[in-house]
Amino acid sequence: MTTKIGKAAFWLAAFATALACTGTARAQVEIEYWQYTFAQRVQAIDTLIKQFEAANPGIKVKHTHVPYDDFRVKIAAAIPAGQGPDVVQLFYGWLQDYLKAKLLQPLPASDFNVVEIEREYFPIVQQMKVDGKYYALPTAVRSLALFWNKTLFKEAGLDPNKPPATLAELVDYAKKLTKRSPNGDLIQEGLTIDMGGQDHHWLREVLVREFGGAPYSANNRQVTYNSNAGVAATQWYIDLVDKEKVGQIGFLTDGVTAFRSGKAAMTIDGSFRLGALDGQKGLDYGVAELPSNNGIKANFASYWVNGITTKATGQKLDASVKFLKFITTPEAMELWMNTVGELPARKSVAEKDANKNHAKYGPFIRGLSYSYATDFVNESAQRKVFIDMVDKVALKNVPTKDAVAQAAAEEQKLLDAFYGK
Amino acid sequence: MRSRRRRPKSRSCLTRSTASSRDLSIGQKRAVWAWAFLALPIVFFVGIRFYPAADALLASFTNWNIVGKREWIGVANYTRLAHDAVFWKVIGNTFLYLALGVPISLVLSFVVAYYLDRVRFGHGLLRALYFVPHLATAVAMAWVWRWFYQAPPVGAFNVWLTSFGFSQMPFLRSTTQALPAVLAPAIWAGIGFQIVIFLAGLKAIPRTYYEAAAIDGAGAWRVLLEVTLPSLRPTIVFLVVTSSIAYLRIFDYVYAMTNGQGGPLDATKPLVLMIFDTAFKHFEMGYAATQTVVLFAILLVISLLQLKALRSR
Repeated sequence: MTTKIGKAAFWLAAFATALACTGTARAQVEIEYWQYTFAQRVQAIDTLIKQFEAANPGIKVKHTHVPYDDFRVKIAAAIPAGQGPDVVQLFYGWLQDYLKAKLLQPLPASDFNVVEIEREYFPIVQQMKVDGKYYALPTAVRSLALFWNKTLFKEAGLDPNKPPATLAELVDYAKKLTKRSPNGDLIQEGLTIDMGGQDHHWLREVLVREFGGAPYSANNRQVTYNSNAGVAATQWYIDLVDKEKVGQIGFLTDGVTAFRSGKAAMTIDGSFRLGALDGQKGLDYGVAELPSNNGIKANFASYWVNGITTKATGQKLDASVKFLKFITTPEAMELWMNTVGELPARKSVAEKDANKNHAKYGPFIRGLSYSYATDFVNESAQRKVFIDMVDKVALKNVPTKDAVAQAAAEEQKLLDAFYGK
Repeated sequence: MRSRRRRPKSRSCLTRSTASSRDLSIGQKRAVWAWAFLALPIVFFVGIRFYPAADALLASFTNWNIVGKREWIGVANYTRLAHDAVFWKVIGNTFLYLALGVPISLVLSFVVAYYLDRVRFGHGLLRALYFVPHLATAVAMAWVWRWFYQAPPVGAFNVWLTSFGFSQMPFLRSTTQALPAVLAPAIWAGIGFQIVIFLAGLKAIPRTYYEAAAIDGAGAWRVLLEVTLPSLRPTIVFLVVTSSIAYLRIFDYVYAMTNGQGGPLDATKPLVLMIFDTAFKHFEMGYAATQTVVLFAILLVISLLQLKALRSR
């Protein structure tokens, strides 16, 4: 019995070795690409790898995807041990940590020309430049827009093809779209109010600017929204609940659910939501650029980038450079947009007429040209500062001015701790 | 060919082992076998439990963001924790979960088990119905309750309240009501298990005790206080210790019912959620390890105290 199993194991091992040998014989270089598990992203990269391998017969790319919660841990464990990815995807806000840990190497200037990058890509990508060198490049970027439910617009007697363009119009429309029962209970929101969703980006980077302020100093080390503009923007946001009564925090658990189920007429959300909303039966919605105020427009953008790790040297480095170049070509960006729903990171691709005027991608792409990417040091903690700021006013009757001041002080502490002050 | 070459080797092994085993007494042989069987779980526990636990203890003295190197900073994490206002709020919440959860769930489950024990008709069905919530996924249950807590006309609880003429409650949107609101489904799901354990305990009490009490003319209350409850002591010790640990480690209900925030304004955040945030959202592994060590110490002290208090008398 044991000898039988032993024999079987022997043949299995021999077969596996033979298989591995033929594999390496066919491809001279194998590099690894890592990203987090997300069905459409995995599908897009698989397609790109197939195309890349066909064009570069000497290179094989192994694609590994790791659940989001384990992503950082696995990368951190693998690279110093000489394992893991040669080319890796990371959130733009993680760059500083990755550089401190020496996980990334600068992109060779001969292959990735700094002047060309800055001419070709949206300006937000310049955050990937440290001491004059680029460390990573995105395939795609994402921004915010206003989603509106055309059916509910019609019901309220509004033109279903004319979304609000200014904050004043937004409030006006939202009031008309809010429905309450005879007891005053909310049954339909005019606009979703959800700090835990995208609203904290909207308040931080968009509303504060549209009220004439700036959320951070030019070098991003100083919180500057504790200003008249910051307080006015926050008050305007809180008034949506308290004064205008067009929404309710926690209505139908969250903003996405309320909008998807047709119980909220408008919501602020990201381009990544298009896929889910398109799959929602009976939901007829439109997408518009974020409403402006006093002629000021702003938007929030974020992105995932691809960098080359310190593990890649010699032939693998050359192959990694080729692969990174390949996944940042205009064609790759088009493919990514059509598969994942994220926007091309190159201006020339994004701003093609077909894309810029696209009914759903268009508003996001137009928003990119006036967008800002927050230089987060700890996104979840910084989001919580905003959630707590609004909750303090809503639940504890803290004056808005004080709540904003406390939030600014808390966030400043986070920045100071990160930059080692 | 391979097996032929191996055979002589294994034969020599066999002879050597029989020679050495001849020198052992029966007791020693038994011990060797016992250790041989125990070796696997011991290796498993050392590798999977003790080594990471020891490593976490070491990590609690370091500054470590997962991707970087660990930097030794002594007790700085512990002093930071002592001055962290959120930590004290969270400790308060955690003990509130314990102080409310354990007595409420034990009294409820005992009352149900006590009467269920007397019911013959539909006994099995009722017991199964009480047990079902324990089998359901916590996150799914939490979401259902989350909808129950919604404002009217969506939330069932508020619809009932208003239909009986009471004013509606904010529940999860209140800094005072949110914690009990999160705790309720956890208790509800937990009592099914406790009822089954209580029923087993009740069944194990010898009939003769009750017969003797009946002959002595003891009333129902005296029987309950002097026969049933003292006989259930081991069952109660077990349930107090296990449910205390469960409520001190509450996480899934809070996470699912507050969007992972433990809000509003940290009103529902338990220690385990703070550890999770610190480790996997803020990537401060050293600081998270410090919190874990504190949680471990709390669990250890409380379990030991409970065992001592409930056993000695």
